[in-house]
Amino acid sequence: MFEFLSKLFGGFEGSRNRAKERLRLVLVHDRASLSPGLVEALKEDLIQVITKYLEIDEEGLEVNFDKGDDSVALIANIPVKSVKRSTR
Amino acid sequence: MGKAIVITSGKGGVGKTTTTANLGTGLAALGQKVCLVDTDIGLRNLDVVMGLENRIVYDLLHVVEGQCRLRQALIKDKQFGDRLVLLPAPQTREKDAVKPEQMKALMEELREEYDFILLDSPAGIEHGFKNAVAGADAAIVVTTPEIAAVRDADRIIGLLEASELYDPRLIINRVRPGMVRRGDMMSISDIDDILAIDILGVVPDDQDIIVSTNKGEPIVTDPRSRAGQAYRNIARRILGEEVPLMNLQERTVMHWFKRLLSGEAQ
Repeated sequence: MFEFLSKLFGGFEGSRNRAKERLRLVLVHDRASLSPGLVEALKEDLIQVITKYLEIDEEGLEVNFDKGDDSVALIANIPVKSVKRSTR
Repeated sequence: MGKAIVITSGKGGVGKTTTTANLGTGLAALGQKVCLVDTDIGLRNLDVVMGLENRIVYDLLHVVEGQCRLRQALIKDKQFGDRLVLLPAPQTREKDAVKPEQMKALMEELREEYDFILLDSPAGIEHGFKNAVAGADAAIVVTTPEIAAVRDADRIIGLLEASELYDPRLIINRVRPGMVRRGDMMSISDIDDILAIDILGVVPDDQDIIVSTNKGEPIVTDPRSRAGQAYRNIARRILGEEVPLMNLQERTVMHWFKRLLSGEAQ
């Protein structure tokens, strides 16, 4: 009963949201490490978009997932050759 | 021409075998001809859940090795006779005794005779999983609202796609509405957000499942059971009927008060 009241006045903070957040994160890890094909596809799409605005060194382009303890970051290193005049 | 559906989960203990038994029985109750195939070699259990363990003479391995005719190995259900049959898994031999090509050929043969073939997959992603998906036309993924089960379901969905089984459908098993309401269990929509696949059904946690398994009588035939109702709904959805998901989470102020007054609140 006390627990019920404290939940009622304490803003309903159960473990559900913890579960959901932890799950989201672990799936980002899992899915990122699951398919090497994904990184390749991402690379190609990135090149397509970026070359609309910049001239880049496609050979030197690197895409990686950087996995920290509580986050996953997409790190892209894209050497720019020049900025296209028309987009300035 | 029948349809072979594999029932899988990745994680063990989420209710694959119970789901297979209940959906098979539910489909037979709707007039379909159904064959259940236990592919969990060395750890067969579908026979006991169906209450048919005493009638086994031949198994899956005998059939694919040609030691008996298919018909001899199929065990007729107590209630539905030859409209619902079980092909049990071998209990004694090593796990890779059956090959995916043999499963494909077997499915070809079963499709001629049955409207639905339900394949109960073993836990895991190894040889047994590959056998189970080899001859399947569609897949059902079973999960529970727990991190480990949903995570494994996500992995299985990827592996099913790699085996060219696209658009698997999800059954969320053992949902406890009270816990969801209190914010202590992921809800249907949480899981839907994360996995983003079609939800075929939601089954509430129900103690009567244990009773029905003790007796070897799938709960789907019990008209009073909530879980039984959920399985009946899923069977109808498999046949293409539009049946709304069971309402498990009414969350109104009135509901809170009702629970409070009835002394049910915790």
